[in-house]
Amino acid sequence: MEYTIFILILPFLSFLFLGLAGKWMSHRAAGLVGTLTLGAVAAMSYLTAFLYFTAPRLADGTFATLIPVNFEWLPFTSTLSIDMGVLLDPISVMMLIVISTVSLMVHIYSFGYMKGERGFQRYYSFLSLFSMSMLGLVLATNIFQMYVYWELVGVSSYLLIGFFYTRPAAIAASKKAFIVTRFADLGFLIGILVYSYYGGTFSFHPDSSMLMAGGAAMMPLALGLMFIGGAGKSAMFPLHIWLPDAMEGPTPVSALIHAATMVVAGVYLVARMFPLFIVYAPGVLHIVAYVGAFTAFFAASIACVQSDIKRVLAFSTISQIGFMMVALGVCTSLDPNLGGLGYMASMFHLFTHAMFKSLLFLCAGCIIEQVHSNEMSAMGGLRKYMPVTHIAFLIACLAISGIPPFSGFFSKDEILTASFNFSPIMGWVMAIIAGMTAFYMFRIYFGIFWGTENKELHEKLHPHENPLTMTIPLVILAGITCVAGFIPFGQFISSNGQAYHIDIELSTALTSIIIGVVSIALAIFMYMRPTQPVADSLARKFKELYTAAYHRFYVDEVYQFITHRIIFGCISTPIAWIDRHIIDGLLNFSAWSAYATSDSIRSLQSGRVQQYAFVFLLGALALILLLIL
Amino acid sequence: MNFLSLYIFIPLLMLVGLWLAKGLKTVRGVMVVGSSALLMLSIGLVIAYLSARHAGAAAEMLFRAEMMWYPSLHIAYSVGVDGISVAMLLLSSIIVFTGTFVSWRLKPLTKEYFLWFTLLAMGVFGFFISIDLFTMFMFYEVALIPMYLLIGVWGSGPKEYAAMKLTLMLMGGSALLLIGILGIFYGSGGTTMNILEIAKLHNIPLAQQCIWFPITFLGFGVLGALFPFHTWSPDGHASAPTAVSMLHAGVLMKLGGYGCFRVAMYLMPEAANQMGWIFLILTGISVVYGAFSACVQTDLKYINAYSSVSHCGLVLFALLMMNRAAATGAVLQMLSHGLTTALFFALIGMIYGRTHTRNINEMRGLMRIMPFLSVGFVLAGLANLGLPGFSGFVAEMTIFVGSFQHFDAFHRVLTIIACSSIVITAVYILRLIGKILYGTCTNKAHLKLSDATWEERLAVITLICCMAGLGLAPSWISHMISNSVGPIVSQLIP
Repeated sequence: MEYTIFILILPFLSFLFLGLAGKWMSHRAAGLVGTLTLGAVAAMSYLTAFLYFTAPRLADGTFATLIPVNFEWLPFTSTLSIDMGVLLDPISVMMLIVISTVSLMVHIYSFGYMKGERGFQRYYSFLSLFSMSMLGLVLATNIFQMYVYWELVGVSSYLLIGFFYTRPAAIAASKKAFIVTRFADLGFLIGILVYSYYGGTFSFHPDSSMLMAGGAAMMPLALGLMFIGGAGKSAMFPLHIWLPDAMEGPTPVSALIHAATMVVAGVYLVARMFPLFIVYAPGVLHIVAYVGAFTAFFAASIACVQSDIKRVLAFSTISQIGFMMVALGVCTSLDPNLGGLGYMASMFHLFTHAMFKSLLFLCAGCIIEQVHSNEMSAMGGLRKYMPVTHIAFLIACLAISGIPPFSGFFSKDEILTASFNFSPIMGWVMAIIAGMTAFYMFRIYFGIFWGTENKELHEKLHPHENPLTMTIPLVILAGITCVAGFIPFGQFISSNGQAYHIDIELSTALTSIIIGVVSIALAIFMYMRPTQPVADSLARKFKELYTAAYHRFYVDEVYQFITHRIIFGCISTPIAWIDRHIIDGLLNFSAWSAYATSDSIRSLQSGRVQQYAFVFLLGALALILLLIL
Repeated sequence: MNFLSLYIFIPLLMLVGLWLAKGLKTVRGVMVVGSSALLMLSIGLVIAYLSARHAGAAAEMLFRAEMMWYPSLHIAYSVGVDGISVAMLLLSSIIVFTGTFVSWRLKPLTKEYFLWFTLLAMGVFGFFISIDLFTMFMFYEVALIPMYLLIGVWGSGPKEYAAMKLTLMLMGGSALLLIGILGIFYGSGGTTMNILEIAKLHNIPLAQQCIWFPITFLGFGVLGALFPFHTWSPDGHASAPTAVSMLHAGVLMKLGGYGCFRVAMYLMPEAANQMGWIFLILTGISVVYGAFSACVQTDLKYINAYSSVSHCGLVLFALLMMNRAAATGAVLQMLSHGLTTALFFALIGMIYGRTHTRNINEMRGLMRIMPFLSVGFVLAGLANLGLPGFSGFVAEMTIFVGSFQHFDAFHRVLTIIACSSIVITAVYILRLIGKILYGTCTNKAHLKLSDATWEERLAVITLICCMAGLGLAPSWISHMISNSVGPIVSQLIP
């Protein structure tokens, strides 16, 4: 399968071509180049998936791990080097499908959404760069290759968030996203260094003799540090603050990067290192679960009160990634029948979530395109004007709320089962968060498509359905969302690689359905009608809580304080002052003292003969006296 | 005569040509022909060197030539190159080439400017090809003196002060250096000034090493912006004309790292092992301190100067780790920092030439006004913060991985601290880009400014291509450097 290297090369070439020659190309041509390249990539990905999963399994019932391409890119020492290559195993192939599908949809969708925007060519070139980096990340054959592409997705995300570079909010958001994730990446990098020092390699399988010689004791540290990197990209608390702001980017970018692909890189990283986590660092894995659970709850509670629909979706993304982290974290064994179910559940949820969450974002883009605002107050009653978007949005809402037969039900059900197996408390916490998910999703659903219509605005703007380039991706993704749940996912991916048959456990399924339905009913009761007395009175009653949640529990303010007051105010400014005044001052002082010394003795060299004669005479007298005495 | 001597003869011919030249066109012609010839020579040298190695040449230095010119003190004009000097020569000729184009429209006294510029270049080339301590020192001085005039005459701002400060500090460094060199010469028995032979003798007593090592290291370290002797760098760079900043930060500061490695550490390995930790701490401070300082500067050139302090600190830091991978990383970092910082200074000069301000609070939204320069600036910024695909990433990662392989926990902790500079670098780079390039321009005078001219484009594109080339296909040069670093490092490992 050597051709898989072209999955990386093609988007890179497209990036270079559009970046260099885009200036002289028409919008249509640039878009076509980008989209066709991605089409080719998607075709190759599907072919790879087909070939890979239809190939006969190995004797132990797992799929073979293939490395069709691998070469040394940068040597460090005799044993350590960064290799570049392509690794095919069940999760990387699954990610290939996710990335190329969503990316292709976004490429098509952007034709309509970005129509006439200044910098259209630049937009497509950045999309290509992102696709290349993300694909490289999942196909990495070793942890350092992953880190290389990890940095590249970070920068493409930076460039795309700041795409509208004349807007101050976009500039600030892009900067924040890059710096916060970069900070987390520092953890990742140190983790890699520790891993390579004690494991003797960058590959995913550390040298067993090194581990025997004491390296195993350091693996929890290495993996924990790597998880910090993953937590940064995947917006886990408290590193989540960049993601809501990242919504300043164009909406299709939010769908691609900040909902479906890049933000799940952290989950992918944990899944990639999963065999090591299970064996050497089960404690760290449970920390992953707790961080995930807290983040899921925290983000869900904020999502309940936001009024900007993209922000709600962003917090919902954070919350759902929390679900995936929990699923990985609650694993206690490599066997899916004995506590390893979460691995499969997490990957399954990653897959289904990518589809329905990008669908939600693309729908949001359609709506924003029509009403020119992100705020729910500009919407309401839109179901009459945009029927396709309405249905697609509803399907996605039902999926994320865990209502059968939509895809989210199946994956979330597996996560709940895994959590209940781990501990009943974890199970119930996750079930409640699932209920909150259904509640806030239907809150915005009713706010957008039902509720009070902003008639004044709508009469002016005449909202209507968007062109086909934008609606077709919606239909396709909605279709996938309807059927994806029936994929026998466990047949392809499981924690030990062997086929696992998914059973829907009736009690858990019923619990999750009931919680979902009750939450939706609550949302209907509170938000479907034009006026919302219940919601308003609740907001009044718990005013402090409501305000705190609306301001995202002031985490951003804490960060502001740390960066401005502590780093700039208490470290950088004093250092710069010391440098200018003390260190440089000492230098200037030494220069000055040399000057002052020479100034004070220069009168000796006055050039007046009388003075010299006088001094000469004095000296001679002194000598004579000395000789006589 | 050995073809390495062309590195001296071409600049000499250029000097003669410039001296005879009448009119701007001839001056430019001489510079373009000369600097292209030097660039070709360097590319040729890389190819010749690699093919010689490929053919199995095992000597430490290739293309050796020697001519005694002061026998009573055993001072010889003796040249030779290994992978490290080949890399440095390549870097120098790229910077000289691009610097020529950046100074294209410089006024007044263009001819005199280029005369000094060429003399400076000659000193740099001479330094890198020399393997005789004294000749090396002589070329070092040749490179230093023109700096004073270039800044004092063609500079901007408080140029006399800056020129004086820079020259005096570096002269102070070279005074130490002279003492150190004589100490090495007599310590090793006073029979030869040849670095390779002194290293082979390996007979300087430890007690003497402990005196000469810190002196020599400090002497070169001042040039490599070692904390706390770095303050000449911000002032000097801020006042220097663009191409001089490029040459200075891009190449001259590398003389410091190169000298520390080739002279101080190679010839006095035992002392380096014993006393290295003191300098290691100082360089560790440089790395973090420079980055933090850069965060709050408002002058474009100061930001880059402090960034240079941080990145050059990383060079010395990695050298002092005394293992092969880290030292390879250090040389890569010299190369990479040279290219990146030259590009940065070039772009800053171009922007300053148009807006007549370097204060970042007085510029906004330049992206719409001068897209080419702005895109170049973004790329330079991303390269500076270590984006994969550019040379900075390759160099930094080699340094970090190499340093972290140190068996001693103290060194590994220091490495982690040095790693943290990558976050701070991101902070000041993005702050800079966000402030001056993005947003909407509000200054009416800036709205009418023009984008880059052809010769500016040529310089910027050349530098970006070199950075990207090195960043995308690093393995050949990494091998080349690593093989040459080997003998020096094996001397250092007890």
